[in-house]
Amino acid sequence: MRGELLLRSTESGEHLRLAGAGAWTAENAGALEPLIGAETRGRRRRRAIKTVSIDMARVEKLDTFGAWLLERLSRSWKARGCATQIVGLNERYSGLLDEVRQTNRATPVDPHGHGNSVIDTLRLIGVSVAEVWHDIVGVADMLGAVAVALARVITRPHTFRLTSTVHHLTRVGWNAVPIVLLITFLIGCIISQQGIFHFSKFGADIFVVDMIGILVLREIGVLIVSIMVAGRSGSAYTAELGAMKMREEIDALRTMGFDPVEVLILPRIIALLIAVPILTFLGSMAALYGGGLVAWLYGGIDPDIFLSRLKETITLDTFQVGMIKAPFMALVIGLVACVEGLQVKGSSESLGRQTTSSVVKSIFLVIVLDGAFAMFFAAIEK
Amino acid sequence: MAGNGGAGTSNQEAVIRVRDLVVAFGSTVILDHIALDVYRGEVLGFVGGSGAGKSVLMRTIIGLLPKHEGRIEVFNSDLSAITERERQAIERRWGVLFQQGALFSSLTVRQNVQFPIRESLDISDRLLDEIAYAKLEMVGLPPDVGDKLPSELSGGMTKRVALARALALDPEIVFLDEPTSGLDPIGAGDFDDLIRTLQQTLGLTVFMVTHDLDSLHQICDRIAVLADRKVIAAGPLSAMLASEHPWMKAYFRGKRSRFAGL
Repeated sequence: MRGELLLRSTESGEHLRLAGAGAWTAENAGALEPLIGAETRGRRRRRAIKTVSIDMARVEKLDTFGAWLLERLSRSWKARGCATQIVGLNERYSGLLDEVRQTNRATPVDPHGHGNSVIDTLRLIGVSVAEVWHDIVGVADMLGAVAVALARVITRPHTFRLTSTVHHLTRVGWNAVPIVLLITFLIGCIISQQGIFHFSKFGADIFVVDMIGILVLREIGVLIVSIMVAGRSGSAYTAELGAMKMREEIDALRTMGFDPVEVLILPRIIALLIAVPILTFLGSMAALYGGGLVAWLYGGIDPDIFLSRLKETITLDTFQVGMIKAPFMALVIGLVACVEGLQVKGSSESLGRQTTSSVVKSIFLVIVLDGAFAMFFAAIEK
Repeated sequence: MAGNGGAGTSNQEAVIRVRDLVVAFGSTVILDHIALDVYRGEVLGFVGGSGAGKSVLMRTIIGLLPKHEGRIEVFNSDLSAITERERQAIERRWGVLFQQGALFSSLTVRQNVQFPIRESLDISDRLLDEIAYAKLEMVGLPPDVGDKLPSELSGGMTKRVALARALALDPEIVFLDEPTSGLDPIGAGDFDDLIRTLQQTLGLTVFMVTHDLDSLHQICDRIAVLADRKVIAAGPLSAMLASEHPWMKAYFRGKRSRFAGL
């Protein structure tokens, strides 16, 4: 084995002679390290040894790796109280060895420490609860800042950033139309097919129309659209603001006397407030259309029967309940996305983490808010 | 291998040999048939106007940019005529310090330094840690920096960590892209000293793109000048100061030059 050649030891009474050879370089460090370990660790029995000499005359090449291992070897013998000397090292490597000698003197302390596991668990729970509170404060803070910016813009309309708002409206509204239409259409189809499949068992096919109408207009339309917008635009907002934060663009804006909330966040939130209701309306229509199409082709319910049945069951209230939720969903998504974006720190990993948490939190809040609305409308009997 | 710091290196082995190199972006020619040698154990300072293509040459040598024509030889092998495997072996023998440091932002300082070692060598975690701390101390950083993230470092510390990472595998050549830019004069002077010390102890060959006239004066054995898409001169500082080429006159003996009075 080649490793054997790198280090050889001979004993004579109280003296141990170690002879190195070959290239003590990075490539051979893996083979050299166990040899050095064996020389120091495995020979505790030989207490008789008082002096050690390490002969480096036949070492052809030495780099930082080799120099460090040599230093480790001589340190470990010295620690055991043996007089240790290095002989025959080529003159040109003495500078390197001196340099390496200065290093690894102090053992760095482990910053995490190992405490009690029960206390650690409790600490983690505490930290998480504090984070939830921190998030709530963050969103409330952002809501306040947006309201103040809005009030300022209303009193001085010329400061409103129309171009920016229209730009964001195009991105979160207009560009989202095809995918929103496609997905809500497909969901309408699926609900209709499932309804017909199960309702026909007890001859209640026609009630599929009631189900589609109420479900889509009250719940599904606005929920699907909000979840899609949170994934599509909320994540984009977080990533954009986060990247701007990382590159100090937001600080630059602030030093020029601009309010980042007014310049960056207000246009984005206004764009969402306009886009989400429009997308909700379009999505609900697409879902009704898909439901009607499947009812006709799969369930044999003619379109005119579908429409007249729909008119009977659906009141304006059903439609309004769905639509009134849309701007609130938009506000929650926008606020969470902007808060998370501004929390990005310097690293690319933190950008990814905030973007993920932006999407997860806004979808969660959208569903919680939907539940709160359901209770509210039940209480006022709508 | 020995780091002899002397300037009389003309009869030594060239570790980098560039011949007839042409690099162009679209129809814009950046480097037009240039030739350059870098000798073993020297510190070569590479200067030129902003946008003249200094970094382009460096990036072409290390393979980040494609070349149009010409030959680049490193350690006597033509980089365009070797297999992927041979290329990787050569890449392990050089280290690169990018201008902004290019530290991996999601890894700690210690992990950044360990990354190239971990990928190419099979050694124990204990040795990995010890080598990383040794490298950090060699570039003048205290061990507790090891657990910090790159975003928590100052500009000077970032450069030092990036240098430690470039030196992780004990390379024979290091490429430095404007190592002292963005540092204050004291920090830049310290960094120059550091490069010089490491170059001598480790026997490095240093290819340094720079704008810093003090660095050129302090640590460079030879200087190569890029202007008009060519390397117009290469030699010791005294030869640069004597030149009558208008750009070199303006650069080395201009208003901001310390050598104006020499």
